[in-house]
Amino acid sequence: MARTLLAIYPQSARRYDEMLAPDGTVRPHWQQFFQHLDQVSPEEMHQRLDFVDRRIQENGVTYNIYADPNGADRPWALDPLPLIISSEEWAEVSAAVAQRATLFNAMLADLYGEQTLLADGLLPPALVYGQHGYLWPCRGVRPPGGVWLHHYAVDLARSPDGQWWVIADRTQAPSGAGYALENRLIVSRVFPEMFRDLHVQHLADFFRDQVDGLSALAPVDPGEQPHTVLLTPGPYNETYFEHAYLARYLGFPLVEGQDLTVRGDSLYLKTLRGLKRVHVVLRRQDDDFCDPLELRGDSALGIPGLVNVARAGRVVIANALGSGLLSSGALMGFLPAICRKLLGEELAMPSVATWWCGEKPALEFVRENFDDLVIKPAYPTQRMDPVFGHELKDAERDEMLRRIEARPHAYVAQEMINLSQGPTWSRAHERRLLARPVGLRAYAVVNADGGYSVMPGGLARVATGASARIISMQRGGSSKDAWVLTDGPVSEFTMLKPSVGVRELVRAGANLTSRVVENLYWLGRYSERFDDSARMLRVALSRIVEAGGQKTPAVEAAMALALHLGVLPKPEEDTEVTAGSEHVLLEAIYDPKQPGSLAGNIRNLMWSATHVRERLSLDHWHSLNRLQRDQQAAQKRHPSMSEAIAFLDRVLGVSSSLTGFAMDNMTRDDGWRMLIIGRRIERLTFLARMMSSFLRMEAAKAPGAMEWLLELADSIITYRSRYSRLPELLPVIDLLVFDDSNPHSVIFQGWALVRYLNRLLRDLGDERGDKVTEAIVKLVAFPLERLEHHPIAQHQACLELADLLSELEHAANQLSDWLGNRYFTHVGDVSRQTMAV
Amino acid sequence: MSEPVRYHVLHETRYDYGSPVSLSQQQLHLSPRILAWQQVEEQRIDLDPAPTWRRDAQDAFGNPVSWVAFHAPHEMLFVSSSMRIAIMPHLPPDLEESLPWNELRDRLAYDASAPTPADLDATRFLFESPYIRVKHELAAYAADCFPPGRPVLVGTRALMAKIFKEFKFDPEATTVATPVLEVLANKRGVCQDFAHLMIGCLRALGLAARYVSGYLLTRPPPGKPRLIGADASHAWVSVYSPGSEGEWVDFDPTNNLLPDTEHITVAFGRDFGDISPLRGIILGGGGHEPEVAVTVTPLDEEPPRPVAVADSPAIGKLATEAAASDAIADEIAEPAEPSLAAPNTPALEDEPAPVTSRQ
Repeated sequence: MARTLLAIYPQSARRYDEMLAPDGTVRPHWQQFFQHLDQVSPEEMHQRLDFVDRRIQENGVTYNIYADPNGADRPWALDPLPLIISSEEWAEVSAAVAQRATLFNAMLADLYGEQTLLADGLLPPALVYGQHGYLWPCRGVRPPGGVWLHHYAVDLARSPDGQWWVIADRTQAPSGAGYALENRLIVSRVFPEMFRDLHVQHLADFFRDQVDGLSALAPVDPGEQPHTVLLTPGPYNETYFEHAYLARYLGFPLVEGQDLTVRGDSLYLKTLRGLKRVHVVLRRQDDDFCDPLELRGDSALGIPGLVNVARAGRVVIANALGSGLLSSGALMGFLPAICRKLLGEELAMPSVATWWCGEKPALEFVRENFDDLVIKPAYPTQRMDPVFGHELKDAERDEMLRRIEARPHAYVAQEMINLSQGPTWSRAHERRLLARPVGLRAYAVVNADGGYSVMPGGLARVATGASARIISMQRGGSSKDAWVLTDGPVSEFTMLKPSVGVRELVRAGANLTSRVVENLYWLGRYSERFDDSARMLRVALSRIVEAGGQKTPAVEAAMALALHLGVLPKPEEDTEVTAGSEHVLLEAIYDPKQPGSLAGNIRNLMWSATHVRERLSLDHWHSLNRLQRDQQAAQKRHPSMSEAIAFLDRVLGVSSSLTGFAMDNMTRDDGWRMLIIGRRIERLTFLARMMSSFLRMEAAKAPGAMEWLLELADSIITYRSRYSRLPELLPVIDLLVFDDSNPHSVIFQGWALVRYLNRLLRDLGDERGDKVTEAIVKLVAFPLERLEHHPIAQHQACLELADLLSELEHAANQLSDWLGNRYFTHVGDVSRQTMAV
Repeated sequence: MSEPVRYHVLHETRYDYGSPVSLSQQQLHLSPRILAWQQVEEQRIDLDPAPTWRRDAQDAFGNPVSWVAFHAPHEMLFVSSSMRIAIMPHLPPDLEESLPWNELRDRLAYDASAPTPADLDATRFLFESPYIRVKHELAAYAADCFPPGRPVLVGTRALMAKIFKEFKFDPEATTVATPVLEVLANKRGVCQDFAHLMIGCLRALGLAARYVSGYLLTRPPPGKPRLIGADASHAWVSVYSPGSEGEWVDFDPTNNLLPDTEHITVAFGRDFGDISPLRGIILGGGGHEPEVAVTVTPLDEEPPRPVAVADSPAIGKLATEAAASDAIADEIAEPAEPSLAAPNTPALEDEPAPVTSRQ
């Protein structure tokens, strides 16, 4: 038996220790867990840590860092040891959090209504009218049920005497509840016996209360079911992972502003099947970005007209627009009196001592006690890091004081608190506990009875160093699960539906938004397009390598075809196509700025994929990532011809795995069908254009050219197995145009497109005059015998066949436009502001 | 002195989008508000095309506001707002009698007691707002106009005069988004910029000031008839001065005068953003700027005649179209006296024609 973990666990005289009592013994509610931990072998603990890391990676749990130029995603940091809280203690904390949520809701009702708090002098106007977070257009807007605050988070810390204090309030769009849930799912599996034996309260009831609470408020018309969406600012937001995760868990569609539209007094979701009314918007987007018509007009993120829908009482916006102003730390000092006035009771949990510098006496106090205070912005919209008074030297200190005195109402000063510490598992040692400062973010949601339910536990956060005073996930902190114990039975309710797994790529039966459908369609097209252009570029490069620098007819024909297919840019007038072919081809591979280049196609592919990321499997996503990394790495090196060919080989390998994911791993719903239609349209137009251009090119009919045409259409194996002779015009055309068993023939792709399209239209109850079928029928009727005869007649026949192929290509392009107009949002067509004086 | 002066105002805005706009929503602050000294006898807003949806209401500052939505594709939007207004003289009798400015400042600052309703109301306009960041440079600029103990309205008049003297009217110098500090540095701008600047200075001193949008009667050169469409919307400042009639007193820093019967108030707010006449969000369309034409006609003066504005063909075209139906009236009016006496603003008779906003 190794020595106990306590042997080198540092106690602190300056901090409250969550696990240890002042006499060095383990607190009662930690004992069972500590004993278990003390007995786990290093090897087993190692495995458990591996499990944590693997789960985080597999589930794609990330936290995006704005300032990080090297890609947005950083894996979420989780310490496997939970923060354990006893049931008696939690009962008090929980009641205090619920009271505070109730109080804040009453304050919002007052400030956006009668404003008695201002009239009575209980709150300075500067903290209401002086805040950009006070949204004037929302004054007088009464939300359904009189609920402004639907979800609320509060950062708690424990002082050395064991008392819990409120450090900060989050009333805008509090984040972290989803991460808390993910932490729970992982940590409860790291210590399954402990989780069961300790009677840890489950989180699912909390989320059910949230769903029920929102549904109860939904302003439905007779016969309607409440329809709730989760509004995200998009994949570049720091907590996008959480938005996607919660949306899936709660069963709400994840939408962006452009997915929603206002018509008259109502809000609608644009779906593949038309407009569908939305009753509740759970928003993770800051309120001033929510309606460019009446709020900030400089952003394309919002939903024009949303405030008017709220005004009409036709939508629940959770939280109500304008609720962010209560996040101001400057309010804290005024809360006890406000609580007495609005709720008729004492504030249950104190806020950390806070002085708003806008009051003269407070300003004087701050000046005199500067060294003991932390200076923070008074308004949440202000960007400023907390400043520790004692850290400022003479000049800096004077400058800070001068700034405060110039605009005293913009600053608050807070007492510094020594956060409590809790045990974390050291990854640098084989078997060691470290003591780290911890804080707890607790959550409350409005429930169906109109009261507030508090999440049992929350997101515990851990500072990086032993002496840190600030805990922030943006500054590299870590997190913990929080276990609230109970003496009674544990609720077994679960929201996890067994059928929903990470590997399920598209949710069947969900409301597919038009934006998702459009991005899936383009994901399909770009996947195919980059495959086609990689193949074309490989053919051309190989011909050049074979020709050893000579301008052979094969090289010229390949370059001309690449030009026709848009893989190479149109040359300036008076320059030869083949001039510097090598250079032109390398640019067409690696230069993302060049139109039609492979690198550009990869970038477009990534763009589409990013916007449907929650629908792609992790493997699928990894393949895409690898592709982009490869391309970026190669771009920097000035690769040689042979390196370029090797790169194209790798790209084509990735491409076939993408095809595999699309065909084998995705649920066959409308979204998938749209992706496949995108692929078919892309391949059909490519093949049709390839063949028509080829047929019109005189030089191309040399025997060598025929061979690379087969290579380009990936059909050389089939040809050889059938004819075992050098390629000739008639059989090549038959194989690449007419053979409906060859997946790389025009006819095969054409009929496949028609099949998928008809199925989609039937599902959607839609119809369309079918030009594609018409063009295929005409093509099939072409008498192949005409290609047997003497050269002049043959040439004429080739031109006629080329026209038929062009007709089909045109029909497919028209279909693409029609799909866009009929089903998609104008994603490229962003709303913009107009202004006249 | 208590005879009202009556006006007809026509404010026309035309967007030619160039390509179809599939969805459009607009917020209109075009209907004038009723004030103690301003009666609205008649007012209407006409839209072409007709909107799919419309709601009329009051905004949070008590201004009339309309929201309209267009759901069908359209390539053009024409908004015509016309009104008949009667304005009573309302100049403050004596600026010297207002409160010392520092006394008023201290009274508006929070001290944990209940404010008077009027003071509380004024604090809505005491702090910075999206278009008016309150910076200490602004307080410094205004400092010499406000020595301790000076009556607030006297100080405000001095500040107005200072801005008028030091700043040059220049429609090319700024855009709607030009920050106040940049205006202060370059000493150029239009009425909006001067109003924002002056409000910023007053707020930086701890005084309450609001932004007023409206119209201004412009004077044709002597002997010349009034031109249709030659005017523009205008903006000025109102400062809180409890004890004065109506508690608020208007100042026009662009023209260095106290607005009386020649300024027609449409709306007031914290800054331009609260009450911009026509603010919208469109999906689609090209990138064309709107054409705006404003005509202010005193109703006891001869009707104006349509004349194209030389440097603005678009406005000339608009004006001609808009005036077509008045052509007969114009012909009849032609032989009348060339120029009637201007309404009662003796102090301004010899001043150059007032200038208004950018067009």
